[in-house]
Amino acid sequence: MRLGLVLSEVGQGLRRNVSMVIAVVLVTFISLTFVGAAILLQMQITQMKSFWFDRAQVAVYMCTEFATVGGCDQQAATPEQVALVEAQLESATLAPFIDTYYFETQDEAFANFQDQFAGQAVADLITPELLPEAFWVNLIDPTQSAILADSLGGLAGVESIVDQRSLLDQIFDILNASSLTAIGIAALMLVAAALLIATTIRLSAFSRRREIGIMRLVGASNRFIQTPFIIEGVVAALLGSVLAGVAVVAIVQFFVQGFLAESLPLTSFVGLSDALLVVPILLGAGALLAALSANVAITRYLRV
Amino acid sequence: MIRFEEVTKVYRGNARPALNSVDLEILSGEFVFLVGASGSGKSTFLRLVLKEEKPSNGAIHVLGQDLGRISSRKVPYFRRNLGVVFQDFRLLPNKTVFDNVAFTLQVIGKSKGFIHDAVPDALQTVGLDGKAQRFPHELSGGEQQRVAIARAVVNKPAIMLADEPTGNLDPETSAGIMALLERINANGTTVIMATHDAGIVDRLQRRVIEVIGGRIVRDERGGGYRTQATPIATQGFGMNVAEQR
Repeated sequence: MRLGLVLSEVGQGLRRNVSMVIAVVLVTFISLTFVGAAILLQMQITQMKSFWFDRAQVAVYMCTEFATVGGCDQQAATPEQVALVEAQLESATLAPFIDTYYFETQDEAFANFQDQFAGQAVADLITPELLPEAFWVNLIDPTQSAILADSLGGLAGVESIVDQRSLLDQIFDILNASSLTAIGIAALMLVAAALLIATTIRLSAFSRRREIGIMRLVGASNRFIQTPFIIEGVVAALLGSVLAGVAVVAIVQFFVQGFLAESLPLTSFVGLSDALLVVPILLGAGALLAALSANVAITRYLRV
Repeated sequence: MIRFEEVTKVYRGNARPALNSVDLEILSGEFVFLVGASGSGKSTFLRLVLKEEKPSNGAIHVLGQDLGRISSRKVPYFRRNLGVVFQDFRLLPNKTVFDNVAFTLQVIGKSKGFIHDAVPDALQTVGLDGKAQRFPHELSGGEQQRVAIARAVVNKPAIMLADEPTGNLDPETSAGIMALLERINANGTTVIMATHDAGIVDRLQRRVIEVIGGRIVRDERGGGYRTQATPIATQGFGMNVAEQR
């Protein structure tokens, strides 16, 4: 009986306020889509970090004839110097930290370079002499590259020691910045959504002020008076949340998996299961946001 | 049943109190007329009884409860013991007579069965048996007020507050409404009615409380609208009022 009454009030309110309800649906839709995108971007960053950081190697570049930095003096590293570095890597101090390592000659480096930059102008300018020999080291714990830098940095014939993670960090900084931007936009949109929901509910309460007045007079409990309005806001926001959920799933399915994953086959991207994890978060956030702002709006309205 | 102790009500932004240290007691089953000019404090009195306003000073007891001690969450349950009728009826235009009366019971959570018994009962009490499915705009003013009264009494309240219930009605229709209120009073409901209608007050010869400028200047049983003996007013209250104005 009471439930039926509450629901019919909700239906009336939604119908009476169609244009405002549509506005609420659209604003929550857009804002929660941004929230979803931000969450997915964070997931993507985490996933790429664990993928790449595990594979990130430390390169110990040996000197070439053209190098002037580090322990180089425009002289290519001698075989003895290379052997010394290798001995260091095998030594009791460093070996426990090292998973695997291999040596890359100038010719191998040249071949890799040609592969990587095939078809680009730079590939024609580079000769094997320009590229350094290098030890590629996989550490057991990729965060401990400082150990290599400390023990090998000063050796003769070593040009530089580069942790690939520092290169990756730049990429992640860019991704992080875009994710923060998405969160910022989402936050602004959510504020707009909350205010819009509050306004809609107040409007709805105003158009039903006669009923509310009589309900208060005859002793309807505050909760009974408030509930239809709160449900009204929640229903509108949930519609927007569902749309946002659909949008997020569609983005992952058609853009990320359908386009990005095919054009960048080596990178692992967030999948449908991640998107489906985000959907309930969006629904919950939408419902909570609406319930809170509708509650504030209607409580203000009911205060004597 | 209703007791005011030194009650003063000052509205914000208004230096002159709407009610000024009012002391009075209304007993169970009484029929009380509240008379006085517009703005004299009659409506404030009724709003205070309903706990729609808080007194600035003093204590109000209604039905054995100290209104100052009722938490705002409990106010709705307190109000279920009161029925209220207004000059402008305050019916819901998009609901039938039956639904207008039933609405009261629905929103306080009464069962369907109870509503189907109680609403026709109340409509019969006010003499609207055959008009349950009419809409308010299809009824005369007097009939609309009867619907409002049915709504006020359907939950069998102990107290009925009426704020100028005949203010919009012609004398003949008013007489019908007053007969109805007297019958409700005879059934044990305390009735407090604010009014400007001198004819009604003179005819019924009930307890009359006259308010001027927020003070009670007369409280007599079996009195008329115009004060004859002016028992309190001559003791200086009239002067006070003149000064305040």
